[in-house]
Amino acid sequence: MSAIRTTAKCTLVLGALLILPFVSSGQESHIGKLNGHAGTGRELYFRYCWGCHGFHGDGNGENAPYLNILPRNFVAATFKCRSTPTGTLPTDKDLFNSLVRGFNNTNMPSWITLTDQNRADLVAFIKTFSPRWKTDKAGDPITVPAEPKLTMESIKHGQELFQKLECWKCHGQEGRGDGPSASTLTDSNDQPIRPYNFAAGSRFKCGSTNEDLYKIFLTGVDGTPMPSFGDVVKPEEAWDLVHFLRTLQVNHKSPELALWESTKEGAEQVASRRIKGTATGSGIQQ
Amino acid sequence: MRVKAGYLAGLATLAVCAVIVHAMPSGGTVSGKVTYEGTPAKQKPIDMSKEPSCAKQHATPITTETVVTGSNNTLDNVVVYVSAGVPDENAPGQVVKFEQKGCQYIPHVLAFQVNQTLEISNADQTSHNIHPLPKVNREWNKSQPPGSAPISEKYDKPEFIPVKCNIHPWMHGNFAVMKNSHYAVTQGEGGFSLANLPPGKYTITAWHESYGDQSQDVTISGSETKTVNFVFKAKPY
Repeated sequence: MSAIRTTAKCTLVLGALLILPFVSSGQESHIGKLNGHAGTGRELYFRYCWGCHGFHGDGNGENAPYLNILPRNFVAATFKCRSTPTGTLPTDKDLFNSLVRGFNNTNMPSWITLTDQNRADLVAFIKTFSPRWKTDKAGDPITVPAEPKLTMESIKHGQELFQKLECWKCHGQEGRGDGPSASTLTDSNDQPIRPYNFAAGSRFKCGSTNEDLYKIFLTGVDGTPMPSFGDVVKPEEAWDLVHFLRTLQVNHKSPELALWESTKEGAEQVASRRIKGTATGSGIQQ
Repeated sequence: MRVKAGYLAGLATLAVCAVIVHAMPSGGTVSGKVTYEGTPAKQKPIDMSKEPSCAKQHATPITTETVVTGSNNTLDNVVVYVSAGVPDENAPGQVVKFEQKGCQYIPHVLAFQVNQTLEISNADQTSHNIHPLPKVNREWNKSQPPGSAPISEKYDKPEFIPVKCNIHPWMHGNFAVMKNSHYAVTQGEGGFSLANLPPGKYTITAWHESYGDQSQDVTISGSETKTVNFVFKAKPY
């Protein structure tokens, strides 16, 4: 009898502990027609997320010490993938999309297995960790003008911008993430971080479409060394850069790469950058 | 009616008081020196060979600035400010400037008030990215290629914020976002002076980027000048 009572008491205390820090969280999220509720999101969070993101949402979960790119700290409310300008809060839709997509090259998986409602609820709950969600509004999403037609001029101009804006200082002249400053980079958690290697990867952290790439220039990746070029590039220039960056992805088929390879200069360059050899490693040349 | 009259009288008194406070001579002053004891870390010369356009601006390589000292063990780049005893103040209209020149931040420590406009400019022939790393304020990171317009920003909470440029890893500076206008950054010989303090009790705090902070209480009566000195323990590493 007393054992049962003790267990009941323990459960009560534990329950109270779980609920207490978030009693006042009436936070909601709105993604299109979906309305997420923090109350439901809390249950999901303590089932799927807290192992890495931690009890307090500070990215200090049980698994955190074993992860290379540390889990997001929701208390700091600095988010990488946004459609909003640098330094502003992301929209609910941005957070929702991050849950759908997951983060390539990190331990954050895609949560495509959850329902849309589940993800909306999680977004609402994530917004209870930082007081900034009460004091600040999400930034105004940047406008992405229609993509201009792909031309060689566009690629060439993108190439000039890659030099002029000094993208190569980190990403390297061939986009391999080996520029002169690359080895010194750290993120805002003081952890070493690598610039994106265009030659090797095909997926980007914040989505892989041309539009996603465009947004990266204008919003920056907050919490990392990648700055925002929002004040310094014009929309058409950003599109030129997108077109050029696709030609650095020598192992990823794209209309941009095809066009670039159709010229003599481009074909030679791409051929020289592709890895040749066998999968086992014998005869590999770069 | 009576209540209203009392109310008016109160208001009038307040107005008179306000005028008096305004017209009062500048009030008391806290001044002093910041020094160190022990051996401070030796500042290392910066190798800018990866950025020739900056390297050529310095006849002899500049050194790191984590500890800047003057003669007689004085310590520079210390922010001395009134941390308690003064109400929070609104930001002044004047703009504070932070410059990137020769791949170096000028000044190394920049103090300004909450919501005061901060203007960041790039005088170099190379791109910089300005990446302040606040914990309390919002974090942003902006690219500034040569010849581009100055960046205007504000911070809405008091904080000491390290600033860096990811492209040039040796570049390092600090923003000190203050709650009120009573602050100074020691320059030259470690001296500071906080003027215009009305009579009262204050806590004066000195902050150094490598050695942390320390505070002292001081009481000001009339327009006297009180001396407060700070001594930091220097670490040799």
